[in-house]
Amino acid sequence: MPEEAPSTAKKPPTEFDRRAFFTKIGLGSLGIAAVGTIVFSYEYLSPNVLYEPSAIVNAGKPENFALNSVTMDVNSGIYLVRADEGYFALNAVCTHLGCLTAWNQDLGIIACPCHGSKFTRTGEKIEGPAPKPLPWLKTWVSDEGDLMVDRSIDIPPLQYLRI
Amino acid sequence: MPIKADQIVERVRGSRVWRSVFRSGTGSSTLHRALAIQQNIFLHLFATKVRRRMVRFSSTWYLGTLTLGTFLILVVTGILLMLYYHPSVPQAYADMKDLQFVVSSGLFLRNLHRWSAQLMVFLVFAHMFKVFYRGAYRTPREFNWVIGVVLLVITLLLSYTGYLLPWDQLAFWAITVGSNLSSAVPLIGGKIHFLLLGGNQVNANALLRFYVLHCVVLPLAAILFIAVHFWRIRKDGGLYVQQSEPKAPAAAANPVAAKEAK
Repeated sequence: MPEEAPSTAKKPPTEFDRRAFFTKIGLGSLGIAAVGTIVFSYEYLSPNVLYEPSAIVNAGKPENFALNSVTMDVNSGIYLVRADEGYFALNAVCTHLGCLTAWNQDLGIIACPCHGSKFTRTGEKIEGPAPKPLPWLKTWVSDEGDLMVDRSIDIPPLQYLRI
Repeated sequence: MPIKADQIVERVRGSRVWRSVFRSGTGSSTLHRALAIQQNIFLHLFATKVRRRMVRFSSTWYLGTLTLGTFLILVVTGILLMLYYHPSVPQAYADMKDLQFVVSSGLFLRNLHRWSAQLMVFLVFAHMFKVFYRGAYRTPREFNWVIGVVLLVITLLLSYTGYLLPWDQLAFWAITVGSNLSSAVPLIGGKIHFLLLGGNQVNANALLRFYVLHCVVLPLAAILFIAVHFWRIRKDGGLYVQQSEPKAPAAAANPVAAKEAK
């Protein structure tokens, strides 16, 4: 109200101001509610259970792979390579924008159909636009003697699995 | 005694039922015509009077109106397509094929939706180029330009989310590539990618999320911003026309300068 305006202006700054207090309480609780809404929305929108294929792939018996062969598992998006030095697995997903690369037997290279990135058999980048080489994946032999690959664990390159 | 057509029209417009809906009443005076615009919820976004040169084809090429036209076509055909489409894996692809080969007029509606979508993106760009090169974005219309940029982003997002829905190879890899672009955002890129897809790869969750965005969230946002966009045209002084200020009086006011110029 207009009559009250001069009286509030004269008040010393230390005096307890009921209106300002309630304004602060109100805005503060709205702020807390807003932050809570953001947190709850984020929690709700991120799924806790995913029905995606397992990261661990059973590639079968190591003897099934011929020497110096590159085998692609399209469903899991990995290459299984048996080189002279041993076995290794490469992630077939292009490091550029996530397309599935393909092994070209005639040229002996891995190439991406989307934007033309090229890699050697060991995942090294020959040609962009991919920023990084194809990562090597953790491989081991299971108790049953099967070659196993964990797609979620990258290892430093040139760590061959010798059997 | 024969009754003329306009007499019937006047009688209908004067009836109690008509007046309860349209309050402007009978008559065709300037006031009545202005009230007819002002008192209609849809038309009141627009000005009651416009200059003739504002609505000439040459001033805007009707690009904004044509964009709205494609949007309306997309809303109607989109709703019809939703009646046969299930956003689930792998049903989505089969439904798309059914729409093409089994459903009566399905091929027509799907193609109409698809071509209108392409045309809308083209028209939005054409409209923006026209506005830009005409200088129509300048004061006092700068905020309407900003709303236009928001509408451009919504249009592109609608186009992008709709691209996944056929659930074919092209859609899958396009969204794989497109969603990986969001991973490039510093710090929170991975989180955005995860939230957008509802997982780590393009899958059933991603299809459902894109469907909800495409059919509910983005169209509602578009309608809201389109309404503000149109309302701002009136508030910012109508459609922009080049040389709305006559230059001749300035020369006439200063006869000496005019004479020297000759």
